Amino acid sequence: MLKRWRQTVTATDLVVWGIGLTIGIGVIIGSIQTIRAAQYSPEQWINLTIDGLKVGEIYALIALGYTLVYGILRMINFAHSEIFMSGPFTAVFLAKYLNSIGFYNTHPIISLLLITLLSAAVAATIAILLERIAYRPLRFAPRLVPLITAIGASFFLQYTFRGMYGNDPETYPTFDFLDGVIQLGPIPIPKTDALVIVSAVLMMLILYGIVQYTKIGKAMRSVSEDKETALLMGINVDRVIVFTFTLGGISAGVAGILYSLIFHQVHFYMGFFPGLKAFTAAVLGGIGNVVGAWLGGTLLGLLESLGPNLFLSGLGIPAPNQLKDAIAFAILVFILIFRPQGIMGERIGKAKM
Amino acid sequence: MKTDPSAVWKQSLRNGLIAGGIAILVSLVGLVEAFGDDYIISGLVSVGELILLFPIFLFAYLTIHGNSGQSRATQLGMTALIGLVAGLMLTLLVIVGSTTNMREMFVNASPALFNMLTRGVPFPLGALVPPLQCILAAWISLGFTLIPERFRKPISLGILWVIILGTLRDQILLISIIQVEPLYTIFRYFIFAQSGLSLIGALIIFVLATGLSYYTSTRQKATQVTRTPKRQKTTRIILFMGLGVLIALLPQILGLFYSEILDTTGLFIMMGLGLNIVVGFAGLLDLGYVAFYAIGAYTMGVLTSSGLGLFDLTFWQAMPFALLVAWLAGLLLGLPVLRMRGDYLAIVTLGFGEIVRLLALSNWLRGTLGGTQGIQSIAQPAIGPIRFDSIQSLYYLIVLGIIIVAFVAWRLKGSRLGRSWMAVREDEDVAQAMGINLVLTKLMAFSTGALFAGLAGALGAAKLTSVYPHSMTFLVSINVLVLIIIGGMGSIPGVFVGALVLVGLPGILTEFQEYRLWFYGLALVLVMLLRPEGLWPEARRKLELHEAETEGLVPIEEMAPAATFTELPRDR
Repeated sequence: MLKRWRQTVTATDLVVWGIGLTIGIGVIIGSIQTIRAAQYSPEQWINLTIDGLKVGEIYALIALGYTLVYGILRMINFAHSEIFMSGPFTAVFLAKYLNSIGFYNTHPIISLLLITLLSAAVAATIAILLERIAYRPLRFAPRLVPLITAIGASFFLQYTFRGMYGNDPETYPTFDFLDGVIQLGPIPIPKTDALVIVSAVLMMLILYGIVQYTKIGKAMRSVSEDKETALLMGINVDRVIVFTFTLGGISAGVAGILYSLIFHQVHFYMGFFPGLKAFTAAVLGGIGNVVGAWLGGTLLGLLESLGPNLFLSGLGIPAPNQLKDAIAFAILVFILIFRPQGIMGERIGKAKM
Repeated sequence: MKTDPSAVWKQSLRNGLIAGGIAILVSLVGLVEAFGDDYIISGLVSVGELILLFPIFLFAYLTIHGNSGQSRATQLGMTALIGLVAGLMLTLLVIVGSTTNMREMFVNASPALFNMLTRGVPFPLGALVPPLQCILAAWISLGFTLIPERFRKPISLGILWVIILGTLRDQILLISIIQVEPLYTIFRYFIFAQSGLSLIGALIIFVLATGLSYYTSTRQKATQVTRTPKRQKTTRIILFMGLGVLIALLPQILGLFYSEILDTTGLFIMMGLGLNIVVGFAGLLDLGYVAFYAIGAYTMGVLTSSGLGLFDLTFWQAMPFALLVAWLAGLLLGLPVLRMRGDYLAIVTLGFGEIVRLLALSNWLRGTLGGTQGIQSIAQPAIGPIRFDSIQSLYYLIVLGIIIVAFVAWRLKGSRLGRSWMAVREDEDVAQAMGINLVLTKLMAFSTGALFAGLAGALGAAKLTSVYPHSMTFLVSINVLVLIIIGGMGSIPGVFVGALVLVGLPGILTEFQEYRLWFYGLALVLVMLLRPEGLWPEARRKLELHEAETEGLVPIEEMAPAATFTELPRDR
């Protein structure tokens, strides 16, 4: 037994396990100390959980775009964060216009629908153009080539929008009807947060339905399984790919509006961090897997919002919230090291390239 | 094959629409206005106008190129249609822009832009200006295709030189050697105007560049046969010596402003050479390369800073530690990370880079790393009485560093290890089957790359005498990545070319800074689409990337011997 163990385990594994163990122990000690010290009241924990949930659902929506594209093209659409940015950064001008003519708060639901529609339309357009111009010619290129193209496209889009709409952040006007809280039993939930969580979950369900129960969804799944065979079965692969990008764009556009409802400010660089974290979420849940994207997003949101306070403040680290992003990236790194197939596992058969 | 005559017009219409769309995009992004005052030829053509009309030149050229069988009259009509459509779109932009409050949304849709588009002609007549201008541009493009083949290259080179020199007017006048008196007057008042070249200057440069290029191209053909290998060797030695002297004198020739840019470019070359090993040789995409630069710089800072007062070593005492720490960081990150496949590796390294930056920024480590304020008063190197404390003297140290790093990289490339890297890049499974230890090989690539970045970081810290977490962003990693990709992945001269074009040039052109990343993104996409092997490609890489094309044409048996010749070079 021990002999076999010696043969299969390499020095690399030992180092990796060593790092994992150290971090695991640190996290446990930190959590125990935080809880014992009772630094935070139950209300604070509940607030942090709600915060985590709402951000998590947004991550999940963005992650869906990564997952769908990855599932079909086996490429990380690095520019997806810019697709996410393009929607709300354009729709903010409509929102401001509606606000200036007084329509915004007199007909809030229509306004919200309008800006969401515009945001989704812009994001989907950008996604389709990106696929058509940058990715389609490279479908059979070596794997690094489309990834580098995606990085280039990401910067190009970022600075195009910066050039068009300016360097300064734009601010969404606030909706009056979203002020206040909803009482869910003893727990008060801010109305904005409730709206964000509910609509994100709804959106996820719709997208899941499309992928799982419609004809085009079936085509998507078959293309992700095997492109050549799908082609032989009479599926128009190009059309399916365009549809996938559209779906990813729409979900990113909606996510963008929900994001702006929470944070109000939009700017050209707003896509980078949510994009990276959504990618983390997609990987966490198992990239290529729609349910995994939701699970990963929710989990990442919770870890990110509870993590710093729970793990780090117990260890006596000052200002733990500064390290929120570092936690998200550390999760990414460790998931990829220890369980690259994610929680739910990749749905795709041929994972190795 | 007989084509439908209306197809030609449809194609022209479509290309015109695309060209117009790009022209509008470029206008709204702000490029046209930002470069509107930078004349290439004083009062005649500005850089902004060139950028505006470039899509029309390009699409007219492409349309003609694809329909070279058509009659001249049809071609004239086609190019006119392209120009007309694109021009009308620009007119539409001007009309919409000046009647509605478009500026609320598009910050660059300013009256100044519209004024440029109509060339200052007031409205009813001004509407005609963009179409006329665009048709003219399209016809110039057509005219270019009429030039006989052997003159085409010299003439395009002539135009290119005029554009380059016209754009760099201010910068050329800053060069120290030109500020010597008779030269300065000639350049300032004869060749150049208030902005850009004077008409006479432009003509002189065009004639000189075109003539020289034509002369050398005809001469080259004649002399190629007669030159003996021995003579070739002597000319090469003379060339290298000349280059050496030039490099040694460069800071004195160019002056302070350029020395600063040279230093920065030098640091990027060093990092590029390191990343080239990781990405170019071994095919591991590393997006968090700045982390190792940061580790090198911070180690240097922590060990030598008199402000922190933790260790107070000298530069040379701290140097080995900076290198060691960077190298160890490469090993430590490499060990767990290198087992995953390519695109995941990219994201993990990106995450690692961000973690390093966030840790440097945090309050938690403020005591040692200085938090947001960074570390100041870092020691500068000195050898005996010679102190390397100015930008111009540090230049020599950086050049020395580059020479060492480039030499190591060059020797590694042909070594057993280098060949294993390339085998891993081409096919991991096959490489493993050939007995290559994958983990060790990748780890060596990763740690060597980290070591070079650490060296660059240590020198960079000494150059600025300070380090800040804000300068260690993802953008630096991207910058390094872009320069090696544009230069040609895996090619050592490519790193130099890439760094000079992508770091040196934007450093000189200050207006360009604002749009630097826009151009980087565009360049990455275009290079990947059109020329994935880069500007100065490595022979084998080119072969790999064009494998698919050659495979279809040449039977495998015929290709094999040719491939072995190019694949096992002893690098000159």
